[in-house]
Amino acid sequence: MPAVSKGDGMRGLAVFISDIRNCKSKEAEIKRINKELANIRSKFKGDKALDGYSKKKYVCKLLFIFLLGHDIDFGHMEAVNLLSSNKYTEKQIGYLFISVLVNSNSELIRLINNAIKNDLASRNPTFMCLALHCIANVGSREMGEAFAADIPRILVAGDSMDSVKQSAALCLLRLYKASPDLVPMGEWTARVVHLLNDQHMGVVTAAVSLITCLCKKNPDDFKTCISLAVSRLSRIVSSASTDLQDYTYYFVPAPWLSVKLLRLLQCYPPPEDAAVKGRLVECLETVLNKAQEPPKSKKVQHSNAKNAILFETISLIIHYDSEPNLLVRACNQLGQFLQHRETNLRYLALESMCMLASSEFSHEAVKTHIDTVINALKTERDVSVRQRAADLLYAMCDRSNAKQIVSEMLRYLETADYAIREEIVLKVAILAEKYAVDYSWYVDTILNLIRIAGDYVSEEVWYRVLQIVTNRDDVQGYAAKTVFEALQAPACHENMVKVGGYILGEFGNLIAGDPRSSPPVQFSLLHSKFHLCSVATRALLLSTYIKFINLFPETKATIQGVLRAGSQLRNADVELQQRAVEYLTLSSVASTDVLATVLEEMPPFPERESSILAKLKRKKGPGAGSALDDGRRDPSSNDINGGVEPTPSTVSTPSPSADLLGLRAAPPPAAPPAPASAGNLLVDVFSDGPPAQPSLGPTPEQAFLSELEPPAPESPMALLADPAPAADPGPEDIGPPIPEADDLLNKFVCKNNGVLFENQLLQIGVKSEFRQNLGRMYLFYGNKTSVQFQNFSPTVVHPGDLQTQLAVQTKRVAAQVDGGAQVQQVLNIECLRDFLTPPLLSVRFRYGGAPQSLTLKLPVTINKFFQPTEMAAQDFFQRWKQLSLPLQEAQKIFKANHPMDAEVTKAKLLGFGSALLDNVDPNPENFVGAGIIQTKALQVGCLLRLEPNAQAQMYRLTLRTSKEPVSRHLCELLAQQF
Amino acid sequence: MQFMLLFSRQGKLRLQKWYVPLSDKEKKKITRELVQTVLARKPKMCSFLEWRDLKIVYKRYASLYFCCAIEDQDNELITLEIIHRYVELLDKYFGSVCELDIIFNFEKAYFILDEFLLGGEVQETSKKNVLKAIEQADLLQEFQNQERASWAEVASRHHEHSAPTCSVSGAESCCITTALGEVPTEEGRGTLSITDSV
Repeated sequence: MPAVSKGDGMRGLAVFISDIRNCKSKEAEIKRINKELANIRSKFKGDKALDGYSKKKYVCKLLFIFLLGHDIDFGHMEAVNLLSSNKYTEKQIGYLFISVLVNSNSELIRLINNAIKNDLASRNPTFMCLALHCIANVGSREMGEAFAADIPRILVAGDSMDSVKQSAALCLLRLYKASPDLVPMGEWTARVVHLLNDQHMGVVTAAVSLITCLCKKNPDDFKTCISLAVSRLSRIVSSASTDLQDYTYYFVPAPWLSVKLLRLLQCYPPPEDAAVKGRLVECLETVLNKAQEPPKSKKVQHSNAKNAILFETISLIIHYDSEPNLLVRACNQLGQFLQHRETNLRYLALESMCMLASSEFSHEAVKTHIDTVINALKTERDVSVRQRAADLLYAMCDRSNAKQIVSEMLRYLETADYAIREEIVLKVAILAEKYAVDYSWYVDTILNLIRIAGDYVSEEVWYRVLQIVTNRDDVQGYAAKTVFEALQAPACHENMVKVGGYILGEFGNLIAGDPRSSPPVQFSLLHSKFHLCSVATRALLLSTYIKFINLFPETKATIQGVLRAGSQLRNADVELQQRAVEYLTLSSVASTDVLATVLEEMPPFPERESSILAKLKRKKGPGAGSALDDGRRDPSSNDINGGVEPTPSTVSTPSPSADLLGLRAAPPPAAPPAPASAGNLLVDVFSDGPPAQPSLGPTPEQAFLSELEPPAPESPMALLADPAPAADPGPEDIGPPIPEADDLLNKFVCKNNGVLFENQLLQIGVKSEFRQNLGRMYLFYGNKTSVQFQNFSPTVVHPGDLQTQLAVQTKRVAAQVDGGAQVQQVLNIECLRDFLTPPLLSVRFRYGGAPQSLTLKLPVTINKFFQPTEMAAQDFFQRWKQLSLPLQEAQKIFKANHPMDAEVTKAKLLGFGSALLDNVDPNPENFVGAGIIQTKALQVGCLLRLEPNAQAQMYRLTLRTSKEPVSRHLCELLAQQF
Repeated sequence: MQFMLLFSRQGKLRLQKWYVPLSDKEKKKITRELVQTVLARKPKMCSFLEWRDLKIVYKRYASLYFCCAIEDQDNELITLEIIHRYVELLDKYFGSVCELDIIFNFEKAYFILDEFLLGGEVQETSKKNVLKAIEQADLLQEFQNQERASWAEVASRHHEHSAPTCSVSGAESCCITTALGEVPTEEGRGTLSITDSV
């Protein structure tokens, strides 16, 4: 069948397309394409001027070739020529080519912009629309610069045609999304809001999208849209199914517009005006009522359109979270969908119910559907639906149903798709910990997890069980017994061996009285697994063995035999060899007292947020952890489910770099000076360290503990941050930041000016200012010597992903810095999106012939882009409540490092960038702040609360932001300031 | 909406529309991944899936898959109906649209889409208004074609030889709207031909 070629006769194009389709092989196709490309190229280059039609046809062919997936590197000029044709179709094809194939060739962009400018000025609505479509399709910054100021004018001009207004609205939206700074706000904004009243439904449809986007960033400027949106919505919802003529879709009046209006309303809290609110609630009720009416058509389009509005209505109800009656009705409606024969509806119902589960008004109503949801987990054939069911079970879990849900999820795990196993494992681990009534259940659950899905149990999970067992002495004996039994299975997962090795090493003595688990039995059980394990596990088991020597002197001879064996002492793996040598020496040199001190029971772990939660968060988008609503947790459960009571005075987080006997790392502060070798250090430990002193620098306990820690300080933070700069120095080969780089950086979190660095040779001063998402920084490099620095080159490096998050433009500085002179470098900084690590500043130069290099962290932290926001107490609490997802909150309790002075604290908080809000917190001692982090891509609202406790010399800091990593990061940054 | 892709059951891309700036390389990678993911799904499965941090909404019409990527807070069901409305528009314009129409008149498919969706948002939902805009353009074109035809007689173009021929495989020429009945629909309600709607 020849293709329909309506209204057009580009026969050459049709012939070419058929040829391509007739090609029998990829090679033949490529050959045909190359032939055509050669032909087009010669036509374009030929001396005979091409007429518009031919140009159009060839450009169209090029487009087709591009869409087949081939690269096109010419023809742009011809396409641009078509733009200025006065024939509509030629112009149209030209614009299509530009829209699909645009690249930021600045020369071309200028020409394109010129053509667009002419068409926009042409007063011909068809041409204007083409030009607007092109801007909307390309949306580049250059186009924004050229047209962002004109389009608002076209949009609100009284004489613009409806179709032009529609295109202008969405064109502006695209430009605003790409470069919000280019779109000037002005008196047009008020007129845009009034487009909601426009007679033409298409204009309203387009305008709502624009308003929704604009009001997210400037809610106050667009506040009037609430009442207009409500009245528009109300008119649509109450209209008969045929009133709106062509805007009725399968008997549903204006479904797209309704959904958009409901979406717009979700940008705001419930209307303050009682009349508006009443009208809105009426609308929402009407939608819920209509859902119960029999369908007006059997077509799926009818039910989809109707339910699209229903789901958006439910979203709004959940967003308001203030109408218990509507919330419960929404829940019942979704309950009906849970058993609907349409998979799509079941999927969406499970998804929406997840949100309802986190509202206190509807949590109980959601729980009544537990059996249906469990059934869905078992019987749904589509894995994505099962996943939603698992999410919902997680969200509806509380103390009353935790055992049931956890056991169902465990059962599901046995047959679950590989793709979602790890996530289920994390969820089970979190629920088991959070809702554990007794810890033996918790231990059983985690060991079951390892048994069923050992491969999917990540480090975070088994670290956590060890932390909890270590911190709770009531469960230690049980844990030892259970893990001992689990290890007796003929085949058990390596993770079980790890947990078993650690727990028996610490608490094996608690079950040693039973002859069935006497020390030699325990040892031979563990050692029977030894040879099948990886190096890391074997290393862990060696540490268990040395602990056994301390716990059970009767095993000493056997274990020394094992350590002494050639396979250990001369192991090819350095780590194993080192442990074997050191442990063997330790066991023979040290007296029992010393041994007992060195291998003392592990101190409790400091309280911290579960790293499992962070891991789950990384796997899933925001909202995934909705079950863990800390606000709902009753205070009495804190000690059982929150892990440990904080004991900051006795517990210090071991430095993660404190390796086994400090060999691999720099000497920690407490260690004796400059250990030269392992042997020396060992001697030092025994000779210098008074045996009674509990914390001896890097004792084996600490080294061992560090194995259990995720590989960085403040684990949850580091897990989210990109790889440490030291590990990933970026494109240029620069050294790791100097050890004090972090401290230097911390000094600048709350201030913008000062001396960043100083040594005998060089002083680096900083002056900086930030506005919105932009910043300018002056760096002053002072040569403190009397000799000239040569090849002086300071560069800024973006480690990891930072390049996409922060743009830093630097100017070169002179390569020579005279003795006693100072040079200045200007940096222009633009924050593109939120970021966690600062850029690195690498300074290199030659001083007296010797190369010097130095890497610092540039004092640019996310809080620099803070804009303080003033708000009343009521608003503050409203927003605080809106940010109640558990991962939106970050909290830290820490000891004061500086004298607790209210004025100093105030100054620091202001320097940090937030506004300080008085009369919000009922306790006048506390500080409450608010602000918005401005980035190019998005804005992050931030709320903070700092509660000093002068008696305990402690602070509690809580951050809530709309973006989870930001909360945590700000919390980390700020906590170091007090 | 972030992008829309149309591809055949054989995985051939028929139309792509991107509403977010991405490099060609990234576009190709996304397309490859998504086509694979969607083609691997069974007929009864739900039309939505999570993919990276986006939601994918897709629907098959005869031999052609329509696939949209939307953001977290966007409405899945209304997106499904965006797809359907677009199919209706194509159908109305081409008359029982089939995959071949979209292959041979890809530029029209783009023009219709631009009238309906702009910048990833619905611009005009009225079928009449969208088609009116396109037909106006066709009228302009018709007029120009006549002009050209008379000119062409004089210039006698040789390079455009024989009439296009194409091998027609059954699926591609099969009307994607009436053939809906052949695609098992979730509720098995039989044909979903859209021509007799409303």
